[in-house]
Amino acid sequence: MTTRTHARSETWLWLAQRASAVVLAFCVLVHLATIIYATRGGLTGAEILSRTRGNAAWFAFYIVFVVAVAVHVPIGLRTIAIEWLHWRGPTRDTSLVAIGVALMGVGLFATWSVFG
Amino acid sequence: MNMRRRHLSPRQPGYIAFIVHRLSGVALALFLPFHFWALGRALDAEALEGFLRWTDNGWVKLGEWGLVLLLATHAGGGLRLLALEFLPWRDWHKSLLAVAAAFSIVAGLAFALAL
Repeated sequence: MTTRTHARSETWLWLAQRASAVVLAFCVLVHLATIIYATRGGLTGAEILSRTRGNAAWFAFYIVFVVAVAVHVPIGLRTIAIEWLHWRGPTRDTSLVAIGVALMGVGLFATWSVFG
Repeated sequence: MNMRRRHLSPRQPGYIAFIVHRLSGVALALFLPFHFWALGRALDAEALEGFLRWTDNGWVKLGEWGLVLLLATHAGGGLRLLALEFLPWRDWHKSLLAVAAAFSIVAGLAFALAL
């Protein structure tokens, strides 16, 4: 990879990390408020699912949430891999992409389970 | 904005904030797959109900409080970082903002969860 291409990809990763952080700050607040509302009301599992299933707006919200998580986590771990583990070479980024894809997969499955 | 990576010495005040932000992020990254797995069990209402009853356990509630603390700490550290990079404020203003934001979130959620 040339120095210029490397600098460009680092810039994109930096931007993606900050943009996903802003999205997550909002999503986490909404998520926790929703959880508190649901659990404080003493709703049963069946009652929760009857309210969430087929709700397109919440389904879309949680898809955005999961995508932001799948972007934010691997980039954060990448910084740690570089600075603390001194992990270099293609296996580092391949492994982190795999972590991002796995998080996206299991996160979207969870979203589908609750809202699909 | 400041894209340059800052190398902090343990003697600098921002170092503790940096370490706490990083370690809380790692802890949250380790927790997330289990959280998603638990939610994935919602395909079956009976399994979800069993999971909800399990969370009534005192130790689980303590764990939940720990997670909220981790989340508030990481979010507070992240807001501090965003303020440092994007806002033309003095350093102590940004630290104060992060501490206040994290404390507010923890206090609010602890109250709401009645822990």
